[in-house]
Amino acid sequence: MRFYEFESRRIVERAGIPVTKYGFCKTADEARRSATEIGGPTVIKSQVLTGGRMKAGGVKFADTPDQAAEYADEILQLEIAGHLPVGVLVDPKAEVEQEYYAAVLWDGRAKRPMLLFSDMGGIDIEAVAEEHPDHVGRAHISNLHPIFDFEAKQAVARCGMTGSELGRASRILAALAHLQRDYDMTLAEINPVARLTDGSFVALDAHMEMEDEAVGRHRKFLESIGVDLAEPREMYQPSEFERNVKAIDAADHRGVIQGKDHGFHGNLGLVIGAGGGSLTLTDAVRSQGGKPANYAEIGGNPSVAKSCGLAKQVLQKEGVDKIAVMMSIVSNTRVDIVARGVIKACLELGKDPGETIAIFRIPGAWEDEGYKILDHYGVEYCDRSVSMWEAAGRAVAKVQGGAA
Amino acid sequence: MSVLLHPDFTFIVQGITGREAVNLTRECLDYGSKIVAGVTPGRKGREVHGVPVFDTVEQAVAHHGGPIDGAVATVPPAFTKDAVIEAIENEIKLIVVVTERIPRRDVAQMVELANERGARIIGPNCLGLITPGVAKMGGIGGPAKDAAKAYKPGVVGVMSRSGGMTTEISSSLTAAGLGVSTAISIGGDAIIGSTYAELIGLFEADPQTEAIVIYTEPGGRMEAELVDWRAANNPRLPIVAFMAGKFMDDEEMQGMSFGHAGTIVEGAEDSAAQKITRLEAAGIPVVERIDQIPARVKEAIGR
Repeated sequence: MRFYEFESRRIVERAGIPVTKYGFCKTADEARRSATEIGGPTVIKSQVLTGGRMKAGGVKFADTPDQAAEYADEILQLEIAGHLPVGVLVDPKAEVEQEYYAAVLWDGRAKRPMLLFSDMGGIDIEAVAEEHPDHVGRAHISNLHPIFDFEAKQAVARCGMTGSELGRASRILAALAHLQRDYDMTLAEINPVARLTDGSFVALDAHMEMEDEAVGRHRKFLESIGVDLAEPREMYQPSEFERNVKAIDAADHRGVIQGKDHGFHGNLGLVIGAGGGSLTLTDAVRSQGGKPANYAEIGGNPSVAKSCGLAKQVLQKEGVDKIAVMMSIVSNTRVDIVARGVIKACLELGKDPGETIAIFRIPGAWEDEGYKILDHYGVEYCDRSVSMWEAAGRAVAKVQGGAA
Repeated sequence: MSVLLHPDFTFIVQGITGREAVNLTRECLDYGSKIVAGVTPGRKGREVHGVPVFDTVEQAVAHHGGPIDGAVATVPPAFTKDAVIEAIENEIKLIVVVTERIPRRDVAQMVELANERGARIIGPNCLGLITPGVAKMGGIGGPAKDAAKAYKPGVVGVMSRSGGMTTEISSSLTAAGLGVSTAISIGGDAIIGSTYAELIGLFEADPQTEAIVIYTEPGGRMEAELVDWRAANNPRLPIVAFMAGKFMDDEEMQGMSFGHAGTIVEGAEDSAAQKITRLEAAGIPVVERIDQIPARVKEAIGR
């Protein structure tokens, strides 16, 4: 789960990490008040979940509260990559002496959280790690033992810091490590941590991501920082196809269907499964010159209604008049049930299954029963002796033959 | 000798009274696996396909009258960590975690404890493992007769991030007359108990295995780890790899997750293209087509 900048700010503040005075505002008036309270020049930042705010004009520097209000008004109406902001963040233009980088993230290889600290903050950490490896301190922490203060100190010291700054920076990194553990963050990053002219350390910009699987156990916490759990937080607006497939899936607990069409612009509809099978088949279609209209996953033995619903959604996509129904060998999902579902979809849309289903390649449980039904409707099918690659190739050939 | 399983391998099923677990128990028993007990808290005294059910792992071990080799955990995500730790603390050494959608920290905790106790976790989000003709542990391959059809004893070890593709690939190896020594569905999550590099030593030590096939996807750093392992260990087994999800390298797909929870491109190193380059540079061929695997294996072992 991704967070808006103002939510991330609230999260680090809760964890005891110092931040500058800030305001989350939904109107120009609120922004004026906030800028007045902060005093001095401010930065007005659009609150959207997409990147590229600066480029799009979603970040502006104001000298006076009136100017802050004026910019807030503009930014609140500015769409960035199709998203209107949920508000603006009003920040003081901080008097920064030096910028640092602090993060805690999962190291999948070590299977432990990794603490990261650098005295070269404010810029892309991967570039720093590449060009100035001695300026990046790392330390892994145990999943089972308590987090000890020295572990954060060690990471900070490893990038060459000492003196009173070592202690101040370490406290921030240790608090970040606790935050990452306590709230199941897949990423807890502060970039930059700033040392202000008065010597104090503050988090200027934080970026938090909570693991989706863990959101349920942090419901109370999320509500307490004002997160609306019903609000969608995808990287892009779900399409009508995606919303419909989701609704069909939710309406029935048997089996799982998923459909995505973000980034797919082709004419061959895919009714495919399961996880790995779908990835393999999508590649096989594309590598043989086919253009998928969508991505899909069928699994866990869905009902006839579910398979039918997915196939119908795919067939109703613009430019799609053929679907390929393919899976790797199934042991749980029943071949005959998927066959009935996709045939039903064709019939209900007034299409001939034999013409519409370019290929049916699902071997495995109840395949003989499935093949009988497919025979009856004149649908071309194949068993496991025809590879996933070959089946995908046949479907591509049919679509291209039809278009020529 | 074989990889992990053997004819006398005993295991329990945790969460045995759940719908999926009941099926899995039937399938494993039919295949000849020795399931000695099941555990579901509060259901002591019941039976599932003749397997006695207990409230705790401790009771299951007492009933068995000696150490139990393995456990298949198929309990809801919120309770999986506790179940797996219960198994580890009752001296069980091989735990297959079927459950998906377990928070990463829970997985990391149980894996760290398993390492401390000398136990091994396979999964989560996996279908388990099978040594054809010997035993299967988990839903891999489905009902016994289907598993027997796809998996014939043979010379190729299979490790796969996708449960379904484990069977698809094994079936093609069976059809090609190569057969399978042991196939392991290692799980599709970002953190798993046993990676390729953490399992390959077992295949290297198994005289029946002559080659390895791995199925992989974008996301994670597991291939780099495998390459490093090989560089440090003078391996005898050739590996043939297949990479699914190449379409995810497209600009528009960045940051999107497909197929499995761990399958998401978060940095350049996770991409399919980079992984293929890395594997091939290490002498591990990555076949373009899924159906080229058997022929490429035959070439590698000179058949």
